[in-house]
Amino acid sequence: MTLYTSTIVTPRRPARVWAKIGESTLYAIGLPVILVVLWGIWATVAPAKFFPSPVELIQAFVDTWIGPAFITDVLPSLARLAVGILISIAAGIGFGMLIGLNRWLRDLLEPMLEFFRAVPPPVLLPIAVVLMGPTDAMKVVVIVVGSVWPILLNTIEGVRSTDSVMTETARSFAVSRSERLRYLVLPAASPRIMAGVRQSLSIALILMVISELGYSSSGLGFQIVYFQRNYLIAEMWSGILLLGLIGVLLATIFGFVERRVLRWYHGIKEVERA
Amino acid sequence: MHTDVTTDASEGAPVQTQTATDAGRFRRSRRSRSARKLALGLAGILGFLVTWQLLPTLGLVDPRYFPTATETLAQLGQDVRDLEFWRNVGRTLTSWGLGLLIATVLATVLGTIIGLVPFLRRATHTTVEFLRPIPSVALIPLAVLMFGYQIQSALLIIVYASFWQVFIQVLYGVADVDAVARDTARSFGLSRGSRVVNLVFPTALPYLMTGLRLAAAVALILAITAEMFIGNPGLGREIVFAQSAGNWPAVYSLVIVTGVLGLLINLVFRAIERRTLSWHQSVRGEDVL
Repeated sequence: MTLYTSTIVTPRRPARVWAKIGESTLYAIGLPVILVVLWGIWATVAPAKFFPSPVELIQAFVDTWIGPAFITDVLPSLARLAVGILISIAAGIGFGMLIGLNRWLRDLLEPMLEFFRAVPPPVLLPIAVVLMGPTDAMKVVVIVVGSVWPILLNTIEGVRSTDSVMTETARSFAVSRSERLRYLVLPAASPRIMAGVRQSLSIALILMVISELGYSSSGLGFQIVYFQRNYLIAEMWSGILLLGLIGVLLATIFGFVERRVLRWYHGIKEVERA
Repeated sequence: MHTDVTTDASEGAPVQTQTATDAGRFRRSRRSRSARKLALGLAGILGFLVTWQLLPTLGLVDPRYFPTATETLAQLGQDVRDLEFWRNVGRTLTSWGLGLLIATVLATVLGTIIGLVPFLRRATHTTVEFLRPIPSVALIPLAVLMFGYQIQSALLIIVYASFWQVFIQVLYGVADVDAVARDTARSFGLSRGSRVVNLVFPTALPYLMTGLRLAAAVALILAITAEMFIGNPGLGREIVFAQSAGNWPAVYSLVIVTGVLGLLINLVFRAIERRTLSWHQSVRGEDVL
């Protein structure tokens, strides 16, 4: 084996490259296309009352959401979601580090935190409405109070499981407290934190919809229920589709951020596996 | 591992020399440590209750909408003597359990089949990644139209939400089979069925249990949500009723009940996870330390 073996690149014939790309696109869109076609055929052969055909759905989607409704209903919902998620992440990591580094505080608070995490977040809504009124702030608070727990508890767990050899090495080298937090504790806890954020995202999205269901006169959740009550079936489905797209968007953004933040971690994992 | 027990108190101070006496001290401190943990935990709960009691008493929040801890706990004491309350707990747990069961069975079967066949895994990837993030509460209007407030509407939402939790874990778990173990099984001529039972299943079991635990928590959230916003009978609907009747102690006591349910579900599923995985490294490892 010479050194060159690893650097020699056998040029692939362009035809095969294209075949490869074509194959993966086929895999990616094959099943969705088949499903949509089947759905279209099914909807024309046996029209069901509550299931519009894909063409009707797309039509309704364009009519309903492309235009002023996007600014009056969709953007405010998304803004509340974004603010809620960001506050959850900041508060969860901040308090999580504080509690995780302080054994005394951790023992004091752990049972209560476990309880609060176990409370199903939607039950907070009636209480939040009566204490704060049906305002934007109330909805953000509901999102934060519901979705902060997975991040908080995972941060505590992550901080606690920091490798003790590393902690002591950092201490012996007289690394200052803030530097230790920044360069040792936070990175060590980050895989757990990201796992918590992933759970929080789906809870936050649920709460965004729910906070608009009963106690609101605008927003995505309100619109979907409005369409349902008025038997605007295709419009209702277009709202469900939009929520799905928002979910996919969130998952994509999260996947991107996670790859950036945890690049070193995935690298280590791969080396360990090889 | 033991060093952080002793150095944590002296946060920021230089490391003390403690290697020689450590083992003995560790064994002794372990007992007192769990006692201390218990005491501090109880103190935390007590502190929370006192704060709760003081907030409305001192008028920091409106006592009409935020009853004191004693009022709420008195209401809770009344609730647990009421048969209808237990019926509602039963209704909530019925839709929770049924939904979780259906979702788990579906997800395990589909996850195993799709996970074992590379072609299916590649072909379904985009579809799964699109369907999974759809929040199941978006399906509430559809559930209302199709089933009204029969139990099916709650089940639709619960199953949709908890299915993906289990499905994804099973998919990862099935794919995680050790390559050497797989090749060994093949060269020893194990049949397909026996490979699934003896190799794939044990590998995927920790993943399945994680998925199950997450799904159990999610299913409870969705069961309560369905009762609150669709109107299926159960604890969630009682909360909405109590709220519209202005009976705030009842609302808070029901919120506590849902929290306790969530806590119990969490504990039970963690216990099941430990029991079924007692052979597995991740559980065994903790006892050795």
